[in-house]
Amino acid sequence: MAAARRDGIGLGLLGVYGVSFGAVAVASGLSPLQAVVLSAVGFTGGSQFAFAAVAAAGGAPAVGLASAWLLGLRNTLYAVRLTDVLPPRVLPRLVAALLVIDETTSMAVRHEENGRPAARTAFWTTGVGLFATWNATTVLGAYGVQALGDPAVLGLDVAAPAAFLALVWPYLQVRRTSVVAGLAAVVALVLSVVAPAGVPVLAGGAVALLGLHRRWRT
Amino acid sequence: MSWAAVWLCAAGLFGQKVAGAFLPRAWVAGPRMRSVLALLPPAMLGALVLTQVAGSAGGLVLDLRLVGLAVAAVALVLRAPFLLVLVLAVVSTALARLLL
Repeated sequence: MAAARRDGIGLGLLGVYGVSFGAVAVASGLSPLQAVVLSAVGFTGGSQFAFAAVAAAGGAPAVGLASAWLLGLRNTLYAVRLTDVLPPRVLPRLVAALLVIDETTSMAVRHEENGRPAARTAFWTTGVGLFATWNATTVLGAYGVQALGDPAVLGLDVAAPAAFLALVWPYLQVRRTSVVAGLAAVVALVLSVVAPAGVPVLAGGAVALLGLHRRWRT
Repeated sequence: MSWAAVWLCAAGLFGQKVAGAFLPRAWVAGPRMRSVLALLPPAMLGALVLTQVAGSAGGLVLDLRLVGLAVAAVALVLRAPFLLVLVLAVVSTALARLLL
């Protein structure tokens, strides 16, 4: 239980990279308050970056929504996976659902071997810590950039692609997912010459449909 | 970006989590569905990395952000933490623009 709490608090501190989301969002043309709403209610980094990326490219809002939601679909699966870790009563379960993301799920699952209470402790300490740091630093990043001025001069326009690279990195260590990521990248890059902003990324995401084929089953 | 789009995005992302927490397990746990969902993040993220740096309407644009991305890749190979990766990418891109 102590280990679950310690791990959770440690991972919770990682939420400081919300500062990069706040910065990227404002550099992409969102208002600081819009960045804050996305972090507080959406609370899932990859999707938030994707939404900002489409905004930056001048893509249609519908395309931004589709990109963000497709990336966020995995949270639905995570919540299903955590069904016994999440509290049974409706209101606490709603609050806990907000905290279901990559980090909280992997922490809860890792501590499940020590029993359900340990898994719950890991889930809540990680989730609350990440939520607090992610949102506090989103505010810092969003209002900080607004005060700083032109993001391109500062090199901040590379923060979003670098974030995506860091997020995709673990998938590149596994053969099956690295092939999918590479294929999607090529599809999107080729399409980006002709298709409107945001559409290439959705087309790249369609590579995930390979999962329908027996050979690509998890 | 309009407020309607922002609220839709945020509420939709929360709704996806709530759906998973309240849906019967069997609805989303089929092997086909699971495989596609498992492959979605690597596919979307792979597509995002390159289009962010090189893609733009009307052609491919290569600029000094590639320097930052290369530095980020090296940092990731060296197992640098997430935030440090971003800081190194941003600083190296800014430096490249200043010097080149």
